[in-house]
Amino acid sequence: MTMVYDEALDAFEPVLGLETHVELGTRSKMFCGCKTTFGAPPNTQVCPTCLALPGALPTANTMAIESTIRIGLALNCSIAEWCRFARKNYFYPDMPKNYQISQYDEPLCFDGYVDVEVDGRTVRIEIERVHLEEDTGKSTHVGGATGRIHGADYSIVDYNRAGIPLVEIVTKPIPGTDRLAPEVARAYVTELREIMRSLGVSDVRMEEGSLRCDVNVSLMPRGASEWGTRTETKNVNSLRSVERAVRSEIERQAGVLADGGKIVQETRHFHEDTGTTTSGRSKEEAQDYRYFPEPDLVPIAPDPAWVAELKAALPELPSVRRKRLQAEWGLSDLDMQAMHNADAFDLVEATVAAGAPPADARKWWMGELARRANETGTPLADLPITPADIARVTELVASGALNDKLAREVLEGVLAGEGTPDEVVEKRGLQIVNDEGELSAIIDQVLADNADAADKVRSGKIAAAGALVGGVMRASKGKADAARARQLILEKLGVSG
Amino acid sequence: MSLIRKTAAELGSMIAAGEVSSVEVAEAHLDRMTEVEPKVKAFLHVDRETTIAQARAVDTRLRAGERLGPLAGVPIAHKDIFTTRDMPTTAASMILEGWRPPYDATVTKRLREAGLVILGKTNLDEFAMGSSTENSAFHTTCNPWDLTKVPGGSSGGSSAAVAAYEAPLSTGTDTGGSIRQPASVTGIVGMKPTYGGSSRYGLIAFASSLDTPGPFARTVLDAALLQEAFSGHDAMDSTSIDAPVPSVVEAARHADVAGMRIGVVKELGGDGYQPGVLARYNEAVQLLESLGAKVVEVSCPSFTTALYAYYLIAPSECSSNLARFDAMRYGLRVGDDGTRSAEEVMALTRAAGFGPEVKRRIMLGTYALSSGYYDAYYGQAQKVRTVISREFEAAYQQVDVLVSPTTPTTAFAIGERVDDPMAMYLADLCTIPSNLAGNAAISVPCGLAEEDGLPVGLQIMAPVLADDRCYRVGAAVEQALESRWGGPLLKEAPSL
Ligand SMILES: [Zn+2]
Repeated sequence: MTMVYDEALDAFEPVLGLETHVELGTRSKMFCGCKTTFGAPPNTQVCPTCLALPGALPTANTMAIESTIRIGLALNCSIAEWCRFARKNYFYPDMPKNYQISQYDEPLCFDGYVDVEVDGRTVRIEIERVHLEEDTGKSTHVGGATGRIHGADYSIVDYNRAGIPLVEIVTKPIPGTDRLAPEVARAYVTELREIMRSLGVSDVRMEEGSLRCDVNVSLMPRGASEWGTRTETKNVNSLRSVERAVRSEIERQAGVLADGGKIVQETRHFHEDTGTTTSGRSKEEAQDYRYFPEPDLVPIAPDPAWVAELKAALPELPSVRRKRLQAEWGLSDLDMQAMHNADAFDLVEATVAAGAPPADARKWWMGELARRANETGTPLADLPITPADIARVTELVASGALNDKLAREVLEGVLAGEGTPDEVVEKRGLQIVNDEGELSAIIDQVLADNADAADKVRSGKIAAAGALVGGVMRASKGKADAARARQLILEKLGVSG
Repeated sequence: MSLIRKTAAELGSMIAAGEVSSVEVAEAHLDRMTEVEPKVKAFLHVDRETTIAQARAVDTRLRAGERLGPLAGVPIAHKDIFTTRDMPTTAASMILEGWRPPYDATVTKRLREAGLVILGKTNLDEFAMGSSTENSAFHTTCNPWDLTKVPGGSSGGSSAAVAAYEAPLSTGTDTGGSIRQPASVTGIVGMKPTYGGSSRYGLIAFASSLDTPGPFARTVLDAALLQEAFSGHDAMDSTSIDAPVPSVVEAARHADVAGMRIGVVKELGGDGYQPGVLARYNEAVQLLESLGAKVVEVSCPSFTTALYAYYLIAPSECSSNLARFDAMRYGLRVGDDGTRSAEEVMALTRAAGFGPEVKRRIMLGTYALSSGYYDAYYGQAQKVRTVISREFEAAYQQVDVLVSPTTPTTAFAIGERVDDPMAMYLADLCTIPSNLAGNAAISVPCGLAEEDGLPVGLQIMAPVLADDRCYRVGAAVEQALESRWGGPLLKEAPSL
């Protein structure tokens, strides 16, 4: 039986570990000159080397090595002065050589850290290693119920992906996250993604598999000092899934332990649809990869002067940028964190850059638009609206041409594909009623229809004016300027506001 | 004198001077092949038309005034472990039978660029694993000196082709002695260049950190001309050395050892060596001394452990290198009847496609790399390798080159060692240290053993990138012995 999360956390403390694979955005593959364009027709970006034809040899892509060093530097790692590639030997049809060129006990970058903020707390995630390896091809299993290799009628392999450079980033075990474990895991992957973006080394699209995450979780009883047995959950392909996978694995393991069971060290698979994990390969069945130094490639010995140059040329990192923006925008920690979690920084920054006041930019993205994104399950950045649109809407509100309610309608129109904010205002006729004569006529009618309320106001119960303003807004279909209407009502009734 | 008796250098000059066409030279050798191949069986693939077409193209280029190298138009036999676009490439394995590569190895490409004409692909021990060609999946090649004897291996087809005058030149690969040992037992010149001095791109890998392409020829100068034609830096091979090297052709023309310091390796000789081999070897050393060289004895104690380190490192690398033969993309496929999984098809194919020696080495290597054994086997072997390199370095502080017999015995009989892998492995006792250290080494003929009348080879070893010293000393030995003998050792293949 699984245990509900809060109960699980009453009894156990989780220890996390994350292994993240990032596909580098280099133009050519890791060990040959083939292109890396995503979505090209199957087996059109291949050559003797990445097909592992007899006699073909690898040569290392210098750009990929440079990108990996930059990633290591951004994660505060030490850079190896000398290290080698290693062969990881195992047979699999989508791996052409039946070994993967990777790194074993000599990673290119090691011993770093990255700080993430969750719930007003800063959590330091220690990085064990960052190393460089190559991707495999991609198998498609045709026929059969599961889409897995077992039970398939036949399988076809696309080797376009084989040999694309992959960077693996491995954390040290992360104890002490307590109830925040799922959020910490998500915040860490989010932070990595932003770092990769700021470095420009990868397009880090989880849905296209250019950022992939394996989540390790173990539990120990509260007060215990020895960590429990961990499981490794694979196939975690979105930020939300990272959080869900940790949560679900904590609940599952707690249930097993509470029932007196033992956790098996194994690989588990995460299922997006159910949000749960199922058992994969156990440690006993695990392969002996027979790692040994890759004899086809000379060792990597980055010149320290070059590494220093790369370090000096690193762009502003996301955490530094956030601090700067917070100071510039004068927003609270909580606002900043909410924006970070919602992946809204770039959008808000671009909106501010387009002329909107920071508070307004934040308000729209984190309010109305976040709600819309949530409803439709779309990432905020994929909504069909631009920062410039938002900036224009805030400008129209500031000038008095729109009120808050009309502004929402304008956004709805833009999201519905009706054009720019100005076009939506035009098409839907959403200008505020500024014509004093028209407004005066509406007020006269409302006062006539609501004589009781008008009398109350005359007798000094100014609070009753609210109902009259409401009447004016209804009558004008929301296009009246509420403040002006209130002023006029009070004038007409002979009371001063 | 008939065209097939000429050296490559002579043929190159004659073709360049227009005295003979490349087509005529190729035809002379193809005719010789028709005559002797049924006995020697040096080749796995011969295609007269493709060969003649290549020769004709070279003739056209020469007539058009194109300046090609000194070997333009000269025919060559090419070890069937280098990929060739226009000929099958099998590594003498059933698993690659009939495979037509879509690309040329760098060595192949450079042969073509230099205008060499490929006569065909020569036999070898499967995936270059062996010392006799008996591990070829297709047939065993015979030694032209005595058809009941092996031609050495793994490059036995290439050594036999040159010794049988089927080709003036051939290519080989040397992982533990696979050029020098066949050269020694067939009475020709064979050179293992410095590791990284010649490209491995397109050479079907046996042991990546050891495999080295090199030349076979009947004269030291011809070998140097061939090495110069195909070696040099290659961006497609990460381990290829990008550094200027002294000209080996000049060295081969500079047959002078006066004042050179020559080290006799104490550990390579003595007990277990055939007396006739030792006799010829000792005479060669005395000859060098008489030519003005200073001969000293040098001790390299770890050389006695080289064989063991080699038989851990080479199988370990081969177990991984040969993993790609899995029936998925090329080559043999067994058991794909719609009922079996990919893993089963891989297993059945590998069981059917690899011969016993290849399987033995894959299993040895898989074991040596296994978790829990790695440190004791592969790790330890790498340490021995480092020690051997240091002993070489220390020796080269005292001397310019080291010498030893190339192999402990002359050619052994076909079938004699097939059931005794250890006896077979001992054929490489003297050659393996140079592979482990990556330095240069050549084998030149130094006479016939008295007890069997079969050729004996002298091995000359030189430091990394000092290939020129091998050629210089080799040429001096060749010149002195030929004047003593009144001509080359191999005037004609005796049994043909
Ligand atoms: Zn490729």
